[in-house]
Amino acid sequence: MTASVFFGCTFIAFGPAIALFLFTIARDPLRVIFLIAGAFFWLCSLLLSSLVWFITVQISNKESSSQQKGLLIFGVVLSVLLQETFRFGYYKLLKKANEGLLMLSAEETMPISIRQLAYVSGLGFGFMSGAFSMVNILADSVGPGTIGIHGDSQHYFLSSAFMTMAIILLHMFWGVVFFDSCEKQHWWSLAVVVISHLLVSCLTFQNPQYVGSLVPTYIIVFLVGLWAFFCSGGSLRNLKLCLTCKDKDFLLANHRPR
Amino acid sequence: HRFIGGDSICILRQAFFLSCVSASISGDTGVIHVLESEADLEWPLSKGPNPPYMVLLESSLFTRSIMMKMKNESNRVAGVAVVVPNTSPPEFSPHTTCPNENTGVYSDNYGPNLAHCNTTVWNPRGNGLSYEEFDFPVFSLKEDNETEFIKQCYLDHNRAVNGSAPQYPLCAMQLFSHMHAVTNTPTCMRRNDINFSINPEMVCDPLGDYNVWGSIRPYNDTVFGHKENESVVIAAARLDSRAFFWEVSTGAEGSVSGFVTLLAAAQALREVTHEAPPTRNILFAFFQGETFDYIGSSRMVYDMENGKFVIDLDNIHSVLEIGQVAVHSGTNLFLHSDPVSRRNNTVNDENLVNNLQSSTAGLSFLLVEPNVSQPLPPSSLQRFLRAQPIPGIVLADHESAFNNRYYESFYDNAANLNLTYPSDLSPEEQLEFVTDTAKSLTDVATVVARALYKQAGGNESLVNNIKADPKIVTQMLYGFLVSSNNSWFQAVMAPELKNILKPSPPEYYVGVAMSSTPTRLVQYLLANLTGAATNLTQSQCQKPDELPNESRQMYSYLWVQGIVPPNSTERDSFCVRASVRLTKAVSPAFELGEYASKDYSTWTESRWKFIKARIFLVASRDLEMLTLGVGVAVLFTSLLVTYFISTKADVLFSSTREPASAAY
Repeated sequence: MTASVFFGCTFIAFGPAIALFLFTIARDPLRVIFLIAGAFFWLCSLLLSSLVWFITVQISNKESSSQQKGLLIFGVVLSVLLQETFRFGYYKLLKKANEGLLMLSAEETMPISIRQLAYVSGLGFGFMSGAFSMVNILADSVGPGTIGIHGDSQHYFLSSAFMTMAIILLHMFWGVVFFDSCEKQHWWSLAVVVISHLLVSCLTFQNPQYVGSLVPTYIIVFLVGLWAFFCSGGSLRNLKLCLTCKDKDFLLANHRPR
Repeated sequence: HRFIGGDSICILRQAFFLSCVSASISGDTGVIHVLESEADLEWPLSKGPNPPYMVLLESSLFTRSIMMKMKNESNRVAGVAVVVPNTSPPEFSPHTTCPNENTGVYSDNYGPNLAHCNTTVWNPRGNGLSYEEFDFPVFSLKEDNETEFIKQCYLDHNRAVNGSAPQYPLCAMQLFSHMHAVTNTPTCMRRNDINFSINPEMVCDPLGDYNVWGSIRPYNDTVFGHKENESVVIAAARLDSRAFFWEVSTGAEGSVSGFVTLLAAAQALREVTHEAPPTRNILFAFFQGETFDYIGSSRMVYDMENGKFVIDLDNIHSVLEIGQVAVHSGTNLFLHSDPVSRRNNTVNDENLVNNLQSSTAGLSFLLVEPNVSQPLPPSSLQRFLRAQPIPGIVLADHESAFNNRYYESFYDNAANLNLTYPSDLSPEEQLEFVTDTAKSLTDVATVVARALYKQAGGNESLVNNIKADPKIVTQMLYGFLVSSNNSWFQAVMAPELKNILKPSPPEYYVGVAMSSTPTRLVQYLLANLTGAATNLTQSQCQKPDELPNESRQMYSYLWVQGIVPPNSTERDSFCVRASVRLTKAVSPAFELGEYASKDYSTWTESRWKFIKARIFLVASRDLEMLTLGVGVAVLFTSLLVTYFISTKADVLFSSTREPASAAY
């Protein structure tokens, strides 16, 4: 649809992710490494689920559309489960790596905490997931036309961009909550993460009723975001302090020599 | 996007002026507008609010006035697509009114009052569209499902309701047809010569192919120049034609009628010239590229003048050319000759005329000399006369202006020759069915054969035995105008060339690839019809010089597929020995490097990468800007928020990380 749509959709989809990367991750090389490793883990999960999908499609009956639809649902569910499994695997790997890092580094404390790792790995998952969702659509949006000649909705590009933004944010939040619940052995909250992921993915079956899929998705983004905020040490009091700028005194008070 | 198939565009350049330009390199996009009438042209040209437009024309609206109006407003027109229907309009000729006017024999020095069609306008219906320059691409679309889809898309999205502007999204089409050549032939040939890189990019190629010639008595192919005491009667016809659109040239009346007649006459002469050879030799010449300023004939004359052909101009006794001969029973044919050379008594056409007129005994038509003292019609004979006065006659079905209502257009097809078959015949039965058209052309071929035999000094008493074969004529008409992939053409072609045979008629545009289908077909047909079948095996056929009585210098040896016998699946292939040759038909201007020559044809064809079209919807500018605006806003907001959060991270995420610092 021309360059303006291309850039518009890119900024919508990847805006928050780019901002987060620039301000929080880019300065610390260790975080960058873990981000990329996280992206790679997501990619592996996608590879595995696409392999299974490919095989099942080949052996299925291509003519029957209900079977194809069923196959699609199965594919989505399998992919979500595999992503979460790989997230768990990444967590285990990071725990092991942490001990190794501790031995290697000169300092006494860990250079990067498990909470930061949670955030970075979630963002890594989000980046890769967003890229795969969005890049093909962006490539098509550069051309001179828009969707619709076969009767589909015109708002496909915009809604895909917003969906991708939501997914990236969600992956980040899920990462935080996931690692936190693994740390604290709260298995039920782990299940909630998996269920909410499944819910969001299945909401996309509502498309092309984009309102029906986007609005609930953003509600879930908000809720999970709140939960992640509390998990990572935030509280309403801190928020109030921040927003009313009373924190200056707080900070100064904090740094007064004790 | 949806890709659509289409044939396109004119792509030729000539010295000094440009004809038919191309699109930009990234394709031209325009909102589709289906033109309903000439008055409707106002919408794309002035009133419509969403230029540029891609105008879709029915062929009845493909006229000079509409195309010229669009040419004047070409910044609002992104391209034109013409729907080619299955039925023909009453008349249509995109060629000029005076074909090849600058390269014929008539000029300011020779018959100045006859030059530039001052006495007779040969193609009065010509609108000259093929030679106009357009700044946008012009496509042709077949009338099929694709075109219906485009029209439906227009009706759904682009129709203006009561004069108000249609709402976005609008249906649009994008045409890619970038042509590499620019300006004119000298410029693009000069650019061809720029050799800075390892793979020099050629931008254009000269038009040309091969001429086919054959003779009753063979000539040694390695001995060129004048031959003592050799007198030759040349029988000529042209092979090619063109249309506005590049891939749909048919030329039924324009060229096929002529060369099929000549092939049939050559076949009719085979028997009698073996029994009682005439005094003079008869040379059958089929010229390619005549549409584009006589490429083939000017090359042959040039070769004769420079001693590069087996005979030279002094060896020529007379020339009989078969022009457009779509004769119907009862109508007469006309014998055109050059009045200037007759007036000066430099040539004597009387013998030829008498021989021709006396050959029509017993047939249903007469050969008449036109009343008016008018010039020769556009014909290869003019190029011979340019070099030297030679007696010559052009045989044609028109007394003055052409009868052909579709000269050099895509409507000059089988229907124009009234070539009809009963509806219940299979393709093989149609091949064998002798149509009325075939019967008429057979009579013409008989006349031509008899006249040639007499003109060559043959035995008068044997003349009445010369008869052309209607079965051969009808098979040729079927193969050249309906379907080239038939059993007879398959039998006469070489095995490695059988892929050029298609279920449709061949394309008669001369092209640049030197592999034109009609040339090959005529070569093999002439060989089969005038040559002899031999017992040689395939390997002997490729190397006949090893055998005592065979010589590749005198004959050409062609291995042909042959027919499939009734109870077998293998073809009965055999070796044909014939005195049939191909000579290069590329304009002498390119041999001499005179790309701006006024004497010779300088036509070239541009190269291109790909040609395709696709349709899609376009959204309004506003929606696009809105998307961009939202994106930028999201980006800024997220940058701000993230900056804010990251600077206050200590505060926000403090409760469990640093319990010691909580002073409260």
